[in-house]
Amino acid sequence: MSDIVLQTRGLTKHYGGVHALVDADFVLRRGEHVAIMGDNGAGKSTFVRQITGVERPTAGSIWFDGREVQFNGPLEAREAGIECVFQNLALCDDLDVPSNLFLGREKVLFNLGPFSILDRKGMRAATEAALQRTAVKIPNLANTIRNMSGGQRQCVAIARAATFASKLIIMDEPTAALGVQETAQVENIIRHLKAQGEPLILVSHNMRQVFDLVDRIVVFRRGRIVANLRKEETDGQDVVAYITGAKTQALEDAA
Amino acid sequence: MTETRTAYGIGGLTYDPRKRHLPQEVNVFIALVLIVAAFELLGRVLYGDSFLFNTRPNVDAVFNWARLNIIILQVSIVGIIALGVTQVIISGGIDLSSGSVVGATAIITMSFAQTALVNGNPNPKAVFGDLFLDMPVIVPLLVALACGLTAGLINGLLIAYTRIPPFIATLGMMVTARGVARWWFKGEPISFPTESYAAIGKGMMPVAIFLVLAVLFHLILRYTLYGKRCYAIGSNEEAARMSGINVERHKVLVYTIAGVLAAVAAVVLSSKNLTAQAGMGMMYELDAIAMTVIGGVSLAGGRGSIVGTVLGALIFGVIISGFTFLKLDAYYQEMVKGAIIVGAVVLDQWRQRRRQARG
Ligand SMILES: Nc1ncnc2c1ncn2[C@@H]1O[C@H](COP(=O)(O)OP(=O)(O)OP(=O)(O)O)[C@@H](O)[C@H]1O
Ligand SMILES: [Mg+2]
Repeated sequence: MSDIVLQTRGLTKHYGGVHALVDADFVLRRGEHVAIMGDNGAGKSTFVRQITGVERPTAGSIWFDGREVQFNGPLEAREAGIECVFQNLALCDDLDVPSNLFLGREKVLFNLGPFSILDRKGMRAATEAALQRTAVKIPNLANTIRNMSGGQRQCVAIARAATFASKLIIMDEPTAALGVQETAQVENIIRHLKAQGEPLILVSHNMRQVFDLVDRIVVFRRGRIVANLRKEETDGQDVVAYITGAKTQALEDAA
Repeated sequence: MTETRTAYGIGGLTYDPRKRHLPQEVNVFIALVLIVAAFELLGRVLYGDSFLFNTRPNVDAVFNWARLNIIILQVSIVGIIALGVTQVIISGGIDLSSGSVVGATAIITMSFAQTALVNGNPNPKAVFGDLFLDMPVIVPLLVALACGLTAGLINGLLIAYTRIPPFIATLGMMVTARGVARWWFKGEPISFPTESYAAIGKGMMPVAIFLVLAVLFHLILRYTLYGKRCYAIGSNEEAARMSGINVERHKVLVYTIAGVLAAVAAVVLSSKNLTAQAGMGMMYELDAIAMTVIGGVSLAGGRGSIVGTVLGALIFGVIISGFTFLKLDAYYQEMVKGAIIVGAVVLDQWRQRRRQARG
């Protein structure tokens, strides 16, 4: 059994004439935490959307958990065990915290197809437990997401991913809107996942955070993977040079 | 000192769980009370008559039940449609076809509800000649169900899978269904239903049917997966899709339910009136949307409730009946109705902007 969790080969995505992602070869090993860095518009989120089934790639293949996969929609990716905190969070503003946490996989009391009775108490209790685990502070669970701060929203999205993740978690700029304390909390969640051996892909612009948390850094530039750097063998300046294109690396495989 | 509890208040926020946000429906209810009070006051000042209370000396009652009954009877049929429209709007859509679906369903259903003998003579206007006379009531009911299902299903499939905006798709259905209603019996009315069919909309039956359906859909929207998904999709369709909700299938279901509810309204209306004609239900879609929006359902989707819509329907009925009470000319009533519809939408826009301002 190989220790590769996720692998992409020649993954490519075109939006009309825009080549947002070109020939991405990427590997993630069991228990590994990898950061994806790159300037705005470098194709990081595009890459995330291809491997989470939100979009269908133009070309290339994705291997997950030992077999080639073609996700028809995000549900299939989730069922396969990939959880994602999307950059836009994918929360419903008019719903409360438990409803957002269980969005798309609600607990039901009686199964009556689309008219299944919701287990509201069960979801509430599970939400409280999940939030306590992630040390997220939300004064009132019954409040709608609309009335929450950017950080609280982000915490709900992260708690959702952390609660349901089974094989792989992807976070697209999870601390972008967070304050100092909240960022530290999210980083603690990530360390916790590392200790548990959960593999993770972290998209981030925060150099300090990346060097604190991950084992490896993959740099995207103009839709291409331009560098694959072990943390011990690189430093901030080096990474910035790759991000800006001042330096290039001959890559056979981002592994 | 009141004790404040902080559930997860590490952030230094205190939160008193006993102090809750008042639901929107409370505002709608207050509006209802104020509007009734306004008519009461105007009536007393202008005509020395009461809107709400009984003033006839020969009747022993506190309230003017005759008027109150008329109000709820008046709104209950459009109210049934509004229950479906509520679900459509909460899930981020709109349905302009309900009035025409009422027309088409009423006339088609009525043609299967014909009695064989009218005052001992053969039914002079039987649509299919000697066929389909004196059918058991289940036959026209199934026909109505089929009509509502078909119209709703077509709406839903068009909107979900061809990505036509709901406004356009249901506008198409609005014109088409009205065409079907006219074509079915060449524009002539159909009367003479069987007794069992006529019983459906007799007396206060429309009100009973409306209330039962309102309770049913209130429970469905609040306590089932279907309800949760209506709010989720109306709130953020993209997020709902990313969470794995089958948005398309849900939309088909929502519009189908709306179509069936319009068909129920058609049955109740044609049975109550003992006749159906091609123009039946004209403009009901707008009345239903008005009731819904008055009741606090946001046209932007994601917000509102059946309770709100029922209150909205009552407000609608009170206003219409109030203007009759104030002896306002029928022409003015039309204009006022138009103003109510526009006003409700303006109010909704204002609410949305205020919500955005709060972030
Ligand atoms: N749906 C789309 N249609 C057309 N172009 C798109 C679409 N989504 C993304 N793009 C383009 O693809 C490129 C890569 O976008 P992407 O969102 O992946 O960037 P990113 O690396 O995540 O940037 P950021 O750091 O700002 O989040 C951009 O030029 C963007 O404009
Ligand atoms: Mg991005």
